[in-house]
Amino acid sequence: METAFSALVGIFFAVAVYLLLSKHIIRILLGTAILSNAVNLLIFTAGRLTREVPPIIPDHLAVPEETIANPLPQALVLTAIVISFSLFAFLLVLTYRAYQELGTDDTEEMRVAEPVDDGLPPMGY
Amino acid sequence: METAGQSLTLLALFLPFLAACVAPSLARAFGHNAAWILAAVPAFLFIHFAGFVPLVAEGGHASGGYDWIPSLGARFSWYLDGLSITFALLISGIGTLIVLYSGGYLKGHEHQGRFFSFILMFMGAMQGLVVADSFLTLFVFWELTSITSFLLIGFDHRREASRRAAIQALIVTGAGGLSLLAGLLLVWSVTGIGDLGTLLASGDVMRESPFYIAALLLLLGGAFTKSAQVPFHFWLPNAMEAPTPVSAYLHSATMVKAGVYLVMRLNPAFGETIAWETILPIFGGATLLTGGLLAVRQTDLKLMLAYTTVASLGLLVMLTGFGSDKAIEAAVLYLIAHSLFKGALFMVAGTIDHEAGTRDVTKLGGLRTAMPITFATALVAAVSMGGLPPLFGFLAKEEIYAALGFADSWTTVLTLVAIGGNALMFAIGFAVALKPFLGAKVETPKHAHEGPVLLWIGPATLGLVGLGAAIFSSWSHEHLTDPMASAVAGTAVHAHISLVPHIGLPLYLSLVTVAVGIAIYVGLAGFRAAVASVLSTIGWGPDRGFDQLVRGTIRVARVVTAFFQHGHMDRYMTATFLVIAAALLVTPAMYGEFPDWPAMPKLPFYEWVVLLIAVIGLWSVLAASNRLTAIVSLGIQGFAVALIFALMGAPDLAFTQFMVETLSVVILALVMTRLRLSPADHRPVGERTVDAVIAAACGIGFGLFLLRVTQGAFDDTLPRFFAEYSYAIAHGRNIVNVILVDFRGLDTLGEIAVVMIAGLAVLALIRIRLRSGDEAAPEPGKGG
Repeated sequence: METAFSALVGIFFAVAVYLLLSKHIIRILLGTAILSNAVNLLIFTAGRLTREVPPIIPDHLAVPEETIANPLPQALVLTAIVISFSLFAFLLVLTYRAYQELGTDDTEEMRVAEPVDDGLPPMGY
Repeated sequence: METAGQSLTLLALFLPFLAACVAPSLARAFGHNAAWILAAVPAFLFIHFAGFVPLVAEGGHASGGYDWIPSLGARFSWYLDGLSITFALLISGIGTLIVLYSGGYLKGHEHQGRFFSFILMFMGAMQGLVVADSFLTLFVFWELTSITSFLLIGFDHRREASRRAAIQALIVTGAGGLSLLAGLLLVWSVTGIGDLGTLLASGDVMRESPFYIAALLLLLGGAFTKSAQVPFHFWLPNAMEAPTPVSAYLHSATMVKAGVYLVMRLNPAFGETIAWETILPIFGGATLLTGGLLAVRQTDLKLMLAYTTVASLGLLVMLTGFGSDKAIEAAVLYLIAHSLFKGALFMVAGTIDHEAGTRDVTKLGGLRTAMPITFATALVAAVSMGGLPPLFGFLAKEEIYAALGFADSWTTVLTLVAIGGNALMFAIGFAVALKPFLGAKVETPKHAHEGPVLLWIGPATLGLVGLGAAIFSSWSHEHLTDPMASAVAGTAVHAHISLVPHIGLPLYLSLVTVAVGIAIYVGLAGFRAAVASVLSTIGWGPDRGFDQLVRGTIRVARVVTAFFQHGHMDRYMTATFLVIAAALLVTPAMYGEFPDWPAMPKLPFYEWVVLLIAVIGLWSVLAASNRLTAIVSLGIQGFAVALIFALMGAPDLAFTQFMVETLSVVILALVMTRLRLSPADHRPVGERTVDAVIAAACGIGFGLFLLRVTQGAFDDTLPRFFAEYSYAIAHGRNIVNVILVDFRGLDTLGEIAVVMIAGLAVLALIRIRLRSGDEAAPEPGKGG
C-alpha cells in the first residue's frame, strides 16, 4: 500500500515543482497549493497507513484494544493543513495586489525589490 | 588575597561602566558641573590602585578574579604588578583630569552627557585591559576599547570626516583585535596557558615552541595596529576628528599605549629572541622617523601632536625590543613622561582652539598675554617633550641615550634614529608651545582670553606632576618606574638617573639632539615645504589605500551580490529545486541507499479509483487553459486527498481538508474572476522540457525517499506513548485532538498565531495602496 502512495506523492511533488518553476504567478500559486498537499501526504504516509481505524479510544476503555492509525502524523498534518491554507490565502491576495499595482503577472517583470540595475551603493562614509 | 580587596577591585573595574549609565542624567541635572561629580569615579580608582603601590614596590604582585563560565574554564581575573599598576594609575589619574577638562571643553554641548558616558566607558575598558589576567578578560576589554574609541571619534557624527575616521579606527584596530585573539588562542593551544600571570612565569616555554614566530606575529598584529606602528599609523592622526579631550586621553595618553602595554607585558615570555629584537626595533624606528617627519608637515596643532604621538609610540616599541634592561627602564620612563606631557599639550591645543577659535599654527600668535596660564603649562609640557631639565622627559631621554649607545653598527643606527626622532619631536613640541603665544598678536576668529578653571587645571596638574616626578626621582623610581621596569624585564631593575648633573655620552647626545631640534624649529617653514613636496611626489599613502580598500570592497560586494541575487525568480526556483533533486538522488546513489524494488501493490478497487482521481486532478491543473478548469482541477486533487485521509483512518484530517479545499476554491474563484489571467503555460518548449526534467527528478526523488522510509523498520514508541497516555493523563479519547490541544498545545498556539498574522497581512495588503506620485509604480492593471 505504501508503494502506491509513494508513487502518488512523487507525482504530487513533480506537478508542484513543475508549476513552481513557471514565470507566471498564477501557476506558482497553484503549485504552492499542490506542494502543501504533497508534503502532507508525505508525512502521512511516512507514519505508515492503517485502513479505517481512527485513533480514538472507545468509551469503556482507557487504552485502544486493536491496532489504530498512527495519531502523530495526523496531528502534524492537521496543523500543516491549516497553516498552508493561511499561506495560500496570503499568497493569493499578494498575487492579486501585485498584479493590480504592477500590471503584470510575469515574475521577470516584477523587479521592484531587486531592480534590474540599481547602480553602486553609496561610496561615502 | 583577602575577599574585601577582591570585591573592591571588582567594583573598581565596573564602577566606570556604572557611572557611564548615570552620566547623562547627571549632565541633564547639573550641566557641565556634572564633571566635578563624575571625576570622583576615576579619582576613586586612582586611590584604590595607589594602595597597591607599596606591594608592587617590594616586587610583589596581587591577583584575583571570579569564575565567569566555569564549564569552559573562563575566568574574569586580574593581575596587578608594577606594569599594571603604573598603567592603571596613569589611566585613572589622567582620566580624572580629562573628565574635568571635558566639563569645560564641551560646556553647553547638547550631548555632553553622552560624551561623559562614552569617555567613562572607555576608561573602564582601558582600566580592565591593563589589569586583565585571563586571556579572555584581556581580549574582551581590548575590543571594548576599540568600540568605545569608535564612539568617541565619531562623536560629532554629523560630519563625514568624523564618521570616516571612526570607521577607519574601528576597522584597523578591530582587525588587530582579531589578530590578537588568534595569537592568544594559539598561545593557549600550544602551551595550555590561559592567563598572563602563568604565561609570565612560564620561562622559555613559548620561546622554544615551533609556533613561536606565528604567535608572535599574530600578537604583534594586535599591538601594532593599536599603537599605530607603520604601516598602520594612518588611523591615529585621522582620529583627531574627535573632540580634544578624546585626543588627549585616548590618542596620546592611554589607548594607543595599549599596544605598547601588550608588547611590554609579553616581553618576559616572548622577548630576548632574534625575531623580537629585530622586528620591534625596525618597526618602532620606522614609525619614529615617519611620525616625526609627517608631524613637521602639519600646521594644525592637534595633527602636529598626533604625528609626534605616532613617533613616540615608535620610540617605545623600539626601546622595548632593544633587549636590555636599561632600554626597558628608558622605555618605562619615557612612557610615563609622554603620557604626562602629551596629555597636557593636547589639552593646551584644545584650550587654544576653544578660546581663540582656530588651531592652525600659522594663524595664531601673541596669545601669551591673553592666556598666561595656558602658555605656562604649554611651556612646561614642551620642556618635558624636548627632554630638557628639570622635567621628567629629561630623565627619560638621558636614559634612552644611555641605553642605546654606540656598541655596534646596529645600535649606532638605532641611536641615530632616536636622535633624529627626538630632534623632530623637540622642534614640534616647542612649535606647539611657543608659536601660538609668541610674536605679534594675530587676529583670531574668537577674541582670545584665558580659559576657565576646568580647562587649565588638567594640563597644569600634569605639568606639576612631571616636575615633581623629576625632582623626587628617587621616590618615583622606587614606587613607579622600577616596579614597572622589573615587571617588563622579568628581573629586578633599578634606575639611578636623576636631575643631578652628570657628564657622559648621554649628555653629549642630548646636546646634539637639542641643537638639531633648534635648527629644525628655526627652519620649520622651509622644512615643512620640503616634506610636503616629497609627500605630494609620492602621492599614495596608506590613508588613501584605506579608501581604495573600502571602495573596492563595496564594488566586489556588488559584483558578488549581482551574481547570486540577480532578481530572476525562476532562476532562484530552478537552483533551489536542482539542489533538492540532487540531495534526494545523488546522496542515496553515493551510499547505496536506494529502496528495494517493490512488489506490485495490492489495493482494493475503490482505493485505486481515488488515487486515479487525484492524478487526473493534477494533470488537468497542468493542462488547464482557462481559469475555471484550473480552479475545478485544483479542487479535484484536493478532495481526492481528503478522501485518502478518510479511507486511511483520519476522519479529522479528511474533515479539515474538505473545509479548506472548499474555502480555497471559493476564494480562488472570487479572485480569479477579477484577475482575468490565463493559467495556461506560456513557456517556450525548450524551457518547458528543462523544467519538466527538474520536476520529474524532484518527484522521483521524493517518491524513492518515501519508499525507502516505509521499507525501513517502524519505531512505534511515540504512537504507543500517545495511545497509552492520551486518556490516562490528558483525559481525552480522540488521540489526535489530545495531541493538538494538550501534548503539543503550544505548537497549536503557534499555529493560531500564524493564522492570525496571515489574516492581518491579508487585510493590510488589501487596504494598502501605493502612494500616488510614486514613479516606481506603473499604472494599475485594468483588472482592478
